[in-house]
Amino acid sequence: MRLLRSLRRHLVVIAGLLTLAYMILPNLVVMVFSFNDPKGRFNYAWQTFSLDAWKDPCGVPGLCASLSVSLWTAGLATVGATVLGTMIAFALVRYRFRARGAVNSLVFLPMAMPEVVMAASLLTLFLNMGAELGFRTVLIAHIMFCIGFVVTAVKARVMSMDPRLEEAARDLYAGPVQTFLRVTLPIAAPGIAAGALLAFALSFDDFIITNFNAGSTVTFPMFVWGSAQRGTPVQINVIGTAMFVLAVAVVVLGRTVSGRRKARAEK
Amino acid sequence: MSVTGAPPAPPAGDGAPGPAPRTPSVRRRLVPYWLLLPGILWLLVFFALPMVYQASTSVQTGSLEEGFEVTWHFGTYLDALAGYHPQFVRSLLYAGTATLLCLLLGYPLAYLIAFKAGRWRSLLLVLVIAPFFTSFLIRTLAWKTILADGGTAVGLLDSLHVLDVTAWLGWTEGDRVLATPMAVVCGLTYNFLPFMILPLYTSLDRIDHRLHEAAGDLYATPATTFRKVTFPLSMPGVVSGTLLTFIPASGDYVNAELLGSTDTKMVGSVIQSQFLRVLDYPTAAALSFILMAVVLLVVTLYIRRSGTEDLV
Repeated sequence: MRLLRSLRRHLVVIAGLLTLAYMILPNLVVMVFSFNDPKGRFNYAWQTFSLDAWKDPCGVPGLCASLSVSLWTAGLATVGATVLGTMIAFALVRYRFRARGAVNSLVFLPMAMPEVVMAASLLTLFLNMGAELGFRTVLIAHIMFCIGFVVTAVKARVMSMDPRLEEAARDLYAGPVQTFLRVTLPIAAPGIAAGALLAFALSFDDFIITNFNAGSTVTFPMFVWGSAQRGTPVQINVIGTAMFVLAVAVVVLGRTVSGRRKARAEK
Repeated sequence: MSVTGAPPAPPAGDGAPGPAPRTPSVRRRLVPYWLLLPGILWLLVFFALPMVYQASTSVQTGSLEEGFEVTWHFGTYLDALAGYHPQFVRSLLYAGTATLLCLLLGYPLAYLIAFKAGRWRSLLLVLVIAPFFTSFLIRTLAWKTILADGGTAVGLLDSLHVLDVTAWLGWTEGDRVLATPMAVVCGLTYNFLPFMILPLYTSLDRIDHRLHEAAGDLYATPATTFRKVTFPLSMPGVVSGTLLTFIPASGDYVNAELLGSTDTKMVGSVIQSQFLRVLDYPTAAALSFILMAVVLLVVTLYIRRSGTEDLV
């Protein structure tokens, strides 16, 4: 009876933690199966423990090449989308101008469109223009679908910014460039960083749009997709696990650093 | 903040240290357009223009060898609908079910993080975002291992007689989960859960905790408080979470291809194979336009009904 009552009281906690388990489970499976020594081409059933894949992560032809293509694409797409998106966000928050609504919907629509629709329409454009599909078309596509997310992230930050800080800078005889570099940019930086991180993650992980517009270029998600048909090497799990651990480490590190900075500021 | 109407510069030589001279107002008025130009141009050329090209492709006839020509043949739309309506229905059904499941699974977790996590809050938030860091294709493939025939998960579901019910509903077949609709919906739910949880969390986090206390003071039971106070106030999160889940799920073909069978194909797979394998561009373009129209229609109706039009 008592058990039942405490179960009911903690129902939300239990349900929430179960959902979390559901979300983390595949990551754990990926991690565990990076230590597998599969028989046959597919790494879906547990056989024996092995460190082989960890010793030789690039041992599969094409895998590390695809990884480097993805890193380049994501890096360049992040720079492009962050610059373009930040500029749009500033214009939208700071200025009133005609066609504001139109700009808003043009930025919002790519995020509200099924990916496959965008992927297919871009392909028709490239086919009609006779553009050669490859790294460049992938980059163009990635910048396109990342802009909206950067705008959203930067907008949120700039909107909560006190414009009087910039007025104060101007009153203290700071020129427009100085004001922007010393006041505006530092305050907007967390929003820009969040947008950039999001863009990098989205670009690195994108499959559908890339698959349509890559031609013979192979990104990491495309390599994984192909391997689901031909045979999944354990190295895929190694890369997945390494990415997971690295990213979590960066997040935890970032939190401790900002936490310490905050603590110092409060002193 | 409006900055367009800059005050006129103070008359020169009045001695007082007035505000720093501002740029002429005509140049100032052009600033937003210069800021917008590159990004908007990019979106116009690589997002809007492609839609126009796709529209024109969908009314073309011809073949890859002889070339395509605009003939205003709207029959392609009818043929596409007639030929592929099962995939359309399936896509909407799977995406709808996955969205509902995301809401049911995601709400308690978002609630937990917003109200009950205390100092664990930031850790739980990291754990919600963390799965993102492993490529979603690798994680989707991991479901093949989890749902494998004769595996632990399937055995558990079987012994709980869940599979009897799902088989009766047509979601699973016999004692298999892989290659059935349930596997696809499970994958979709999994893939888009964070997109539900984060907006839910944001809107729950904004709720003033004193409202809960007030409800309690007015003798509302926890269930009533949830129904009358918490849930209505979290509606913006529910709406945006639902959209962020439903829209990408309806166009997804990765889950259907990796976890399903030929009987679970969604419309995304059809568009993909028409474009990249069959090379029947008009049909592919028509299908993709129908998908866009259906999604827009569903979304508009949903937003109308839930009454938060200012959301988007």
